[in-house]
Amino acid sequence: MATELGPTPVKAPASGGTPVHRGPKGVGEDNRIASQGRWASWLLAPTIIALAVVIVYPIISAIVMSFQKDAGLDAATGLFTAGGPAGISNYVNWLAQQCSAPGGGTVACPPGTLGGQFWSATATTFFFTVVTVTLETVLGFWMAMIMARTFRGRSLVRAAVLVPWAIPTAVTAKLWFFIFAFEGIANKLFNTSILWTGSEWPAKWAVIIADVWKTTPFMALLILAGLQMIPAEVYEAAKVDGASAWQRFRLITLPLVKPALMVAILFRTLDALRMFDLPYILTGGANNTTTLSILVINQIRQGFNAAAALSTITFIIIFLVAFIFVRFLGANVVEQSGATGKGKK
Amino acid sequence: MTTATADATALRARQDKGRQAAQNREKWAQARTYISAAVVLVWCLAPAYWMVVTAFREVGFTYDTSILPTHITLDNFATAFDTSFGNRFGQALLNSVFIGGVVTAVSLLIGVFAAYALARLNFKGKFLVLGFILGASMFPGVALITPLFQLFTNIGWMGTYQALIIPNISFVLPLTVYTMTSFFREMPWELEESARVDGCTQGQAFRKVIMPLAAPAIFTTAILAFISSWNEFLIASQLSSDATQPVTVAIANFAGAQPNQIPYTAIMAAGTIVTIPLVILVLVFQRKIVAGLTAGAVK
Repeated sequence: MATELGPTPVKAPASGGTPVHRGPKGVGEDNRIASQGRWASWLLAPTIIALAVVIVYPIISAIVMSFQKDAGLDAATGLFTAGGPAGISNYVNWLAQQCSAPGGGTVACPPGTLGGQFWSATATTFFFTVVTVTLETVLGFWMAMIMARTFRGRSLVRAAVLVPWAIPTAVTAKLWFFIFAFEGIANKLFNTSILWTGSEWPAKWAVIIADVWKTTPFMALLILAGLQMIPAEVYEAAKVDGASAWQRFRLITLPLVKPALMVAILFRTLDALRMFDLPYILTGGANNTTTLSILVINQIRQGFNAAAALSTITFIIIFLVAFIFVRFLGANVVEQSGATGKGKK
Repeated sequence: MTTATADATALRARQDKGRQAAQNREKWAQARTYISAAVVLVWCLAPAYWMVVTAFREVGFTYDTSILPTHITLDNFATAFDTSFGNRFGQALLNSVFIGGVVTAVSLLIGVFAAYALARLNFKGKFLVLGFILGASMFPGVALITPLFQLFTNIGWMGTYQALIIPNISFVLPLTVYTMTSFFREMPWELEESARVDGCTQGQAFRKVIMPLAAPAIFTTAILAFISSWNEFLIASQLSSDATQPVTVAIANFAGAQPNQIPYTAIMAAGTIVTIPLVILVLVFQRKIVAGLTAGAVK
């Protein structure tokens, strides 16, 4: 990574600053950028090195591990297996749900083993992601539209939305566990007697509701920031031209807020794909609420290497989703985050 | 009455009617705004309110569902800190403060230089670095946990503070860098040059002009960094021991006197203790925090 920051002179002239009076014109400019490049690599080095140690090293290490066999008792067969190179058997274990059979070869993983849960965990993870991100986008947009209006008490609402965001997810999970308790307030308010964490759909909805409560504010704030970038004159002009409220929303608000919205959706999607705390504490992954992250954690104590294969698969899935967002849906995160510099605006 | 004046009167009446309708529409829109705002307020605050109300309720009335506080007691807070059932909430609070403090300090110390470079300097590969840092902040924790679990087991670091601090840096540092980068981008750096022109030395310009301008940005970033470390659960739940576990793990594993009875009121009291400082911090620095949170996404 650090080599990319090398002091290579850039051709394009930089704006502003005092030119270095060394050598003929143009060369001084190149020197200046070169020296900035050198400066930048020194300043960036600590961060890049730290991230290489805490992120790049574990990724590589996980990939290496994923091609190793786990030593120990095989969960499926009860026989002892020695470690050593595994080829792609760990990946086959997850993707094809094939567990090693006694006497060599593989059989379909019996139900109940972790190996048999990969596709259901993937389906659960995507289900949670699609449902929560959709709900959060719609609700977040609505909240942002309200917060963008002027009314007395607006700052109170803006402060209130930060409360769910500030509560740690672990506490949120316990709180909703209590709300959804059989004798809890949710059943009382809706006059139902649902065992919320006791069967599949109530458990799934409990996770979804808790997640939507916790993270919609973040979405709303990102969208609000996007809304506030739209100049009021644009709306005034549209009003004068006789555009209806719906037309103003569809033709002005949506297109202009789209860049911020796409980034917000991307952030939330990637966050939802790695969802762990909420279902882990709220339902313990029972009743088909096991996400990919929970499956990895459950696997760790049964064998590092198989867990490493699964975490690598999870990482690749998340990476692919991010790639699709950036490549095809135009979520330009880097540009949005302001890398374009002062010249652009 | 001539037709001209009749026409004028009719016109005025129509105009009045139109103005009245517009006013009504305005009033109706205003009312709708207030109703919607109230709904948002209740939706956001009601569950948090329920936590606080339960925290102050006697254990015997755990499932009391009256909306207003009833059977008020402070016992639950004592129970939360009670260590006789194997809970170590007090210790966990200190652990969280320590871990969060170190992670925040290290991330800021390293990240401030990177943010300065990304905000102020022109160099090749800037997009690449920024993309890498943003990607790092979105990185799934589970992809780190497996190799780290094995590594820390092998070198005997399981359950130590460094085993919790180092992985936290993996997501707090990127967050710190990109939040500070967007703050730095908006600072009026021309002032530094003006100070130099006015006769300040570079050191003076930095101390007297840049530092006071950058301080709020750095402070806000520190709050965001601390909150994200404070809220971390996944890594801590796997790599901590009873002695080093942070509050999130302590609350998730909170045990009662009987194994089959969940001590909800004590858990809600613990949750309240963990949450209140954050909520106060967030409300006091609301504007800055919102700016910091959204800094990466717009602009």
